[in-house]
Amino acid sequence: MNALSRRQVILTSGAILMVAPAQARSPGQPASARQRWGLLIDTAKCAPDCNVCVESCKAEMGLSGHDRPLTDAQYLRKINVKDPATGASHSLPVMCQHCAKPACVDVCPTGASFKRADGIVLVDRHICIGCRYCMMACPYKARSFAHEEQTDQQPHLPRGKGTVEGCTLCVHRVDQGLEPACVESCKAKAKGAMLFGDLNDPESDIAKRVAREATTRIRADLGLEPGVRYQGI
Amino acid sequence: MLARLLLGVLMMAGAAASFAADLPTLPKAKGEACIEASATMRRDHPDMLRHQRDDTLRQGIRGAKASLKECVACHAAETTEGRAIPVNDPGQFCQSCHAYAAVKPDCFECHATTPKPVKEASR
Ligand code: HEC
Ligand code: HEC
Ligand code: HEC
Repeated sequence: MNALSRRQVILTSGAILMVAPAQARSPGQPASARQRWGLLIDTAKCAPDCNVCVESCKAEMGLSGHDRPLTDAQYLRKINVKDPATGASHSLPVMCQHCAKPACVDVCPTGASFKRADGIVLVDRHICIGCRYCMMACPYKARSFAHEEQTDQQPHLPRGKGTVEGCTLCVHRVDQGLEPACVESCKAKAKGAMLFGDLNDPESDIAKRVAREATTRIRADLGLEPGVRYQGI
Repeated sequence: MLARLLLGVLMMAGAAASFAADLPTLPKAKGEACIEASATMRRDHPDMLRHQRDDTLRQGIRGAKASLKECVACHAAETTEGRAIPVNDPGQFCQSCHAYAAVKPDCFECHATTPKPVKEASR
């Protein structure tokens, strides 16, 4: 029984052969607080009519709607804002801001809303009772509720009726050393307005830029310390 | 507990012809072996899955053996045209046994029942 199966041998040798990106943990390792994943979004590169990130998010997560914009699940949405005093307008993608002090986690009665060691805020849908306190507590309106029975889910993203869901920062990709789908598609098909990386790693592009350039967090006054930062708003 | 007893009876008296309920049919799985011996799997898979679920989701441990995604990857049968059949369809691997043992796990309300979504696989 202890002899390695062919599958295990292939899997292990594959793991060694694979050139692991610097960011990825080795498989089997838990997420650790040494990392703090974050996003930096440059609104100067984000066009008001561009929806590439939103579409790639829906495809990656297998989100199918019912043409009901108010209640259909959305993990990522585009917001167009205008300063009435100056007339300056900006467009920005808004998703779960992966706060260091998430309000959703504070209010969750079951512990379903939780923050992973590396700062990614998730819903453990196995213990979510669908009360939606987190949706009310979130100042960023980042979470959705699955109102309908779901079919055709992506294998990497289970989702079902009666539970709350939201941006996972593409945790299934990040754990493989990939970037979130929105970041990748913005880079490939739009102007590359989004930068993903480890804010705790002083050598990472994102950490260098936030250390050098002026960045803002939405509603920083609330003190939730989001992991998503913006430029140009 | 009752379910376990029932299952035990089923294993011992598998050949008895006078069974009231249809015996489970277990379509052949892909791969050479399961993640553990079949006897262990029959008995312990609920616990294995529950542990795995918390380790993966809450701690971020990936690539461990008792992954529900991987169960489906191996245990979803295929039609002759090579289209994946949902594991929880009547007569399929997970469902036929559970129907027999009268357990109704809700996992597949959320978890994909085929290795790829049916739509994508049939495209
Ligand atoms: C309400 C939706 C929902 C239900 C019901 C549900 N899950 Fe999950 N499950 C999830 C989500 C979301 C994840 C996170 C997926 C990820 O990040 O990879 C997950 C992840 C898992 C994982 C780790 C990933 C994997 O594929 O190995 C396991 C194991 C698991 N669930 C087991 C179960 C079992 C067993 C049941 C039934 C008793 C169940 N789940 C029911 C939503 C659900
Ligand atoms: C690598 C492919 C593979 C994976 C992954 C896998 N299985 Fe299996 N499983 C098999 C094979 C092949 C058999 C048949 C073994 C035999 O007949 O000796 C089997 C047998 C079983 C049996 C015993 C069936 C019987 O004969 O009574 C159960 C129960 C089972 N698997 C459940 C699971 C569950 C639950 C998971 C996920 C945690 C899983 N398997 C993951 C390939 C796999
Ligand atoms: C050999 C028969 C058999 C097969 C095949 C089988 N199961 Fe089970 N399963 C059972 C039995 C019996 C129970 C009830 C165990 C108990 O209550 O102690 C059970 C219980 C479960 C539970 C816990 C349910 C609960 O409400 O706590 C989960 C989850 C589960 N099975 C998942 C699976 C998955 C996923 C597959 C397919 C990959 C599968 N099982 C295939 C016999 C089987």
